[in-house]
Amino acid sequence: MFAQHKRKIAFLMPLLVFLGLSIFLLKGLGGDPNALPSALIGQPLPAFRLPTLSGQPAELTEKDFLGKPALINVWATWCPTCVAEHPMLMQLAKAGVVLYGVNYRDEKADAQRYLTQRGNPFQKNIMDTQGQLSLDLGTYGTPETFVINAQGKILYRHVGEITEEVWQKTLKPLMDSTER
Amino acid sequence: MIPEIGYFALIAAWVVAVVQCLLPLWGSYRLQQQFWMQIARPAAVTQHLLVWIAFLALVWAFVEKDYSINYVVEQSNSALPVYYRIAAVWGGHEGSLLLWALVLSGWSAAVALFSRSLPPILVARIISIMGAVAVGFILFLLATSNPFTRSLPYFPVDGKDLNPLLQDVGLIFHPPILYMGYVGFSVAFAFAIAGLLGGRLDAAWARWMRPWTIAAWCFLSLGIALGSWWAYAELGWGGWWFWDPVENASFMPWLTGTALIHSLAATEKRGVFKAWTALLAIITFSLSLLGTFLVRSGVLTSVHAFASDPTRGLFILIFLCVVIGGSLTLFAFRANTLTTSARYKVFSRETLLLGNNILLAVAASIVLLGTLYPLLADVLGLGKISVGPPYFNALLVPLAHLLLILLGIGMVVRWKDQSAKAAWQTLRKPALFAVIVGLLLPLFAQGNYQIRAALALIFVFWVVGVCITDLLVKVRAAETLWQGIKRIKPSYWGMLCAHIGFVVTVVGITMASLYSLDKDIRLAPGESIDMASFAVTFQGVRDVRGPNYDAIQGEFDVYQSNHFITRLYPEKRTYWVRQDRLTEAAIDTGWTRDIYVALGEPLDKGAWAVRIYVKPFVRWMWGGAVLMALGGLLVIIDRRYRKNSFQESLDVRAA
Repeated sequence: MFAQHKRKIAFLMPLLVFLGLSIFLLKGLGGDPNALPSALIGQPLPAFRLPTLSGQPAELTEKDFLGKPALINVWATWCPTCVAEHPMLMQLAKAGVVLYGVNYRDEKADAQRYLTQRGNPFQKNIMDTQGQLSLDLGTYGTPETFVINAQGKILYRHVGEITEEVWQKTLKPLMDSTER
Repeated sequence: MIPEIGYFALIAAWVVAVVQCLLPLWGSYRLQQQFWMQIARPAAVTQHLLVWIAFLALVWAFVEKDYSINYVVEQSNSALPVYYRIAAVWGGHEGSLLLWALVLSGWSAAVALFSRSLPPILVARIISIMGAVAVGFILFLLATSNPFTRSLPYFPVDGKDLNPLLQDVGLIFHPPILYMGYVGFSVAFAFAIAGLLGGRLDAAWARWMRPWTIAAWCFLSLGIALGSWWAYAELGWGGWWFWDPVENASFMPWLTGTALIHSLAATEKRGVFKAWTALLAIITFSLSLLGTFLVRSGVLTSVHAFASDPTRGLFILIFLCVVIGGSLTLFAFRANTLTTSARYKVFSRETLLLGNNILLAVAASIVLLGTLYPLLADVLGLGKISVGPPYFNALLVPLAHLLLILLGIGMVVRWKDQSAKAAWQTLRKPALFAVIVGLLLPLFAQGNYQIRAALALIFVFWVVGVCITDLLVKVRAAETLWQGIKRIKPSYWGMLCAHIGFVVTVVGITMASLYSLDKDIRLAPGESIDMASFAVTFQGVRDVRGPNYDAIQGEFDVYQSNHFITRLYPEKRTYWVRQDRLTEAAIDTGWTRDIYVALGEPLDKGAWAVRIYVKPFVRWMWGGAVLMALGGLLVIIDRRYRKNSFQESLDVRAA
């Protein structure tokens, strides 16, 4: 009798697991993943001291990202969306947009090679090998892009690829407005 | 006009699907009136024809460049060659869902046409359940993703063009074959639900279900391999698997589907694992649906997720809850009525197949967890760290090794009971052979002895050795060699072929991961670079023009030990409409190595940044998948699945 009861519970398990999972999926649906809110909006950039990808200078801090409105792009060589996004970043860099890169959990050699191969859109690039800065920024995945003003205040966070549309409709107006 | 016909055909298909779902199911509980059940077959075929009309109408709109249709504008351009215009039908969200619906109705029509020997109640219920899935899917299309929406009276004169990454022969074949696999598991799912409804999950049920499940699995194996090959050839940096959510979405049903075909073997031969087999069938199809949800809802971002829209996501989520929740509820109430009379000892083929199933289920859970981790962590507020390839590699490689060990043992161990001593007698030779060959082979890698390669090769040759040993045992039982070979059934050849295919894939993955060479260098015209025994000379670049792009084409001569092998032409393309720049790599393919050349950025004085890879055995990974699919095909054509199996099952039950 007891064994029979246990068997019944065992057969209920798949259903319970699925119900649990669907709650997560529903919550995940809640918002557009490309516009995740960030607790950091309106806050200054988190403090950091991290090595650069080029090695010159050896290290940068948050103060080195000040002075101009800029995009901070979190990227990795193992991230296919970053590959897809790369031509757009090159185009932005060519148009004079200030781009800083945060290379996320990568091998230095891989990252350097990636930029030699595809071109380097970043004026400065730091290596977040342990993911500390990305953790402070609340990075959810790669690529992610933060818009900062000249004082280093975070204005906006974009998750996923920057498309022409995202740039024209969201990021560009933000950057234009802060320049004035 | 024609798109409107397509739209109405789709509405009509939905109505027919409702009929296909409700009436046969209702009829299956009213046996005195056969009429209602007999509706199932014609309804399934009619629905399939109607979805074909809708699909062809959309193809027509693309071929005829009807830019009053939004979807055609989004996905194509008049400069796009016609074969890509046709493939562009499934290049975006709406069209790929229409393809999904087409494939689903195709499978249910196939069940309707090729199930003459099955009991009418079972057929009626299977077709009805597949109809229910079609009702949900076509409704999804009609309600949220109508591909035929027009923008009238003003419409653009030309389209926005297909994403250049998709303009590749891969787009033509990969999605249809992948969907054949994904959606094909709906047949196994319908068998499981019909079996649970009727309380009949026996050896005959498993035998009917098996060829359908294997067919879906073959398509899925090929589809995944094609996708990987496409990423390798098209993304331009030599990677072949990224653990991207969309790739994982196709890999999870493959893992559980592989478990399913093995547990079906045990259910068919010995009548064991009935509830587990039914559960696996439900889970496999659920994972296919989940994959569609993940890709189409935008819950996870990915390079493949071209379209995402929360309302669509909500619809699929509700659909998922109804289909998966409903079937798991049915499972919870019905599964405990299943009993197994067959007994087996601890050391038997049953136990080893159970081991295989556990390993594959654990692997699928690992992939599921890794895929959903960013989502789970975000909802639970546990920090935000995403898992990358290191997580998957660290966990799945040891599991794959264990799986290979069990595979070898399982092939020679008998059902029910096996003496460990006798098994050891058979297995010790292949074990010794594997250890020796596996340890020696990496010595040939020009001084780069990798212990991980040796380990993987030991397990690979272990399986190869066992296959040969087992084949020899079978052949020697007959009087002559030829008689022995003739006596072996296609399904046994199929099993050997699929298992060898699996280890061939393992060889490809291991060698390409551990022994790839790559160089990223500056080359001026006339300069040359040495890599292992190869030398690559850069001859220069020139401008070329494609059908819808301009390109800079490099010319590279490849030499091996001073002999000219081939000339490669990698390109840097700029597509006219989107102004996207794309790296088109050039690959010299070979049995034991690929040479892969990609152009980077132009540097000063005519020099270019160039990336060159030598990837050993990389083709084996996809060749293995072809062998696996071929093995599946051999099992399907085995005569025992084409006999009058209903009559036979009555004999089985009477016995």
